[in-house]
Amino acid sequence: MASRRTFDSPVKYVQIDGLVVLKIIKHCQEEGTAGQDLVQGVLLGLVVDNRLEITNCFPFPRRNDDEDFDEVQYQMEMMRNLRRVNIDHLHVGWYQSTYFGGFINRALLDSQYNYQHSIEESVVLIYDPLKTTQGYLSLKAYRLTPEMMKFYGSRDQDFSSESIKAAGISFENMFTEIPVTIKNSHLVNSMLCEIDESLNEKQSFDYLDLGTSSMLEKNLRLLMESVDEVAIDANKFVNYQRQYQKQNLAKTQYLQKRQQENQQRIARGEKPLPDEDINKIFKPLQTPPRLDSLLITGQIDNYCQQIGEFSSQSFGKLFLAESLQENPPNPTAT
Amino acid sequence: MAANLVCQVHPVVLFTIVDSYERRNEDNRRVIGTLLGTHDKGVVEVTNAFAVPHNESEDEVAADLEYAKNMFELHKKVNPSEVIVGWYSTGPDVSEHSLLIHEYYSRETKNPIHMTVDTTLRGNKMGIKAFISTQIGTPGKTVGTMFAPVQVEVTSYEPEKVGVDVIQGGKSNPKRSVYLVKDLTHVERACGMLQQKLAMVLEYAEDVLANRIPADNVVGRFLMDLVMKVPQIEPEDFEEMLNSNMKDLLMVTYLANLTRTQLALNEKLSIAL
Repeated sequence: MASRRTFDSPVKYVQIDGLVVLKIIKHCQEEGTAGQDLVQGVLLGLVVDNRLEITNCFPFPRRNDDEDFDEVQYQMEMMRNLRRVNIDHLHVGWYQSTYFGGFINRALLDSQYNYQHSIEESVVLIYDPLKTTQGYLSLKAYRLTPEMMKFYGSRDQDFSSESIKAAGISFENMFTEIPVTIKNSHLVNSMLCEIDESLNEKQSFDYLDLGTSSMLEKNLRLLMESVDEVAIDANKFVNYQRQYQKQNLAKTQYLQKRQQENQQRIARGEKPLPDEDINKIFKPLQTPPRLDSLLITGQIDNYCQQIGEFSSQSFGKLFLAESLQENPPNPTAT
Repeated sequence: MAANLVCQVHPVVLFTIVDSYERRNEDNRRVIGTLLGTHDKGVVEVTNAFAVPHNESEDEVAADLEYAKNMFELHKKVNPSEVIVGWYSTGPDVSEHSLLIHEYYSRETKNPIHMTVDTTLRGNKMGIKAFISTQIGTPGKTVGTMFAPVQVEVTSYEPEKVGVDVIQGGKSNPKRSVYLVKDLTHVERACGMLQQKLAMVLEYAEDVLANRIPADNVVGRFLMDLVMKVPQIEPEDFEEMLNSNMKDLLMVTYLANLTRTQLALNEKLSIAL
């Protein structure tokens, strides 16, 4: 499995306060659209040594089209208010919810690029509400690699395959995943002990559930859609190549004809025809942008990884169930 | 004012309160803030909270109410269904100043809940208590208000519980931190927990059999239910089910790996061309 190599980034790991985790969970839960809509918010904290500490966060209201709403003003006011109560008001990133891991797209790239451009150490936290409901806290931190940053920054390029090759970008090194730890202060720990008693009675073993097919199905369906998109994109590229070849052929033919004519003319003693600008006759074809295909392949990679992880869990669970069946249960005598 | 009001608190709120206490200004001994949530026939569910800057001295107290209003407006934009349900303060007791603040909040909402979180850890417990104000005294003569205690429960949504469980893992760790682990490790941990519980049950059963503990019929019935829950299937049928399930998973894993190799190949080819 291709591991996400940790490139030289100023942030080696991300440390989140328990508070932030719960706030994100609560926000995604309350927006409650079963994960289909995106839920976003801002992360606040600071950078210490080589780790990024996230100490607080606040949610972004969902874009209401009917209200005249100023996002920047909301942010500014929120940060100003939080500063009054001594909460860290430094922006260090943003968070977003995802539906089955399908978050690698143009919008995310744009936002993360903007963030990383202004604040070098920012990360995007991806939270998967559906997986968490099943029992695994799914929270991952990503950053753009330095190559990707440089590449995306030079907007004058048209993302052709040559420029991608030159920048050395493949779908594997677009994002790096940064390990996440959760840390709490002592006082919070004592509070945890307090609520441990009241909350623990309803402990559930949901994640030992054997019903795996629905999740697999959804994952696979999304995977299929992505593969379709890649196919369309590849088709476009192949068409472009074909047209390019045809055009080249036509160009060389034209040039040859021109030369012949000129020779004939010189032989007849007339002035040779002026060399016309060849580009005016044959309009240069636009190289199709390859960025989208990069993103889609990255997305497919992500889906495949998820499927792999999920299958390995299910295997474990199946073996568990098997062991229960191997020894026939003895009736207890009470 | 039903005295059987129940106050349900989400863990988020408690975390916020402790966090705001830790970040208080040098001279403040305690922190106050607003509680947001929903009312619903005798149950008040507190789902969010934010701190409000305030100054307190021996004889007077001043809180920035403008700020409180402002913050509430901002929060309402995100979640319009949350309303002010009360206020909180840290510290073990209810003081006279609390009454003034409580009066302010009574203007904001019908029956505000006053919650105290004992951050001084008196009696080695962080007591979480809630109160509502009730009238006392003889009618017609001196009437006063009293803070009457209300039952507090800690509830959470499903995913919140998962989050809290994960965070709980950091309690015993000397570095106080928890790594978010690979999913397979999760299954392993759950397995370990199951084993522990089974060991406890076994121990109990053995004790009863050896007559060390008197047998309890109710527990016995539960145990029997537990054992009977393992479905009695013919071993061949079970083998078949298990195998077909495993084959499905294997096929999907194989497909996924195949796709990834394909992608990598494609990448190399398109770059080379």
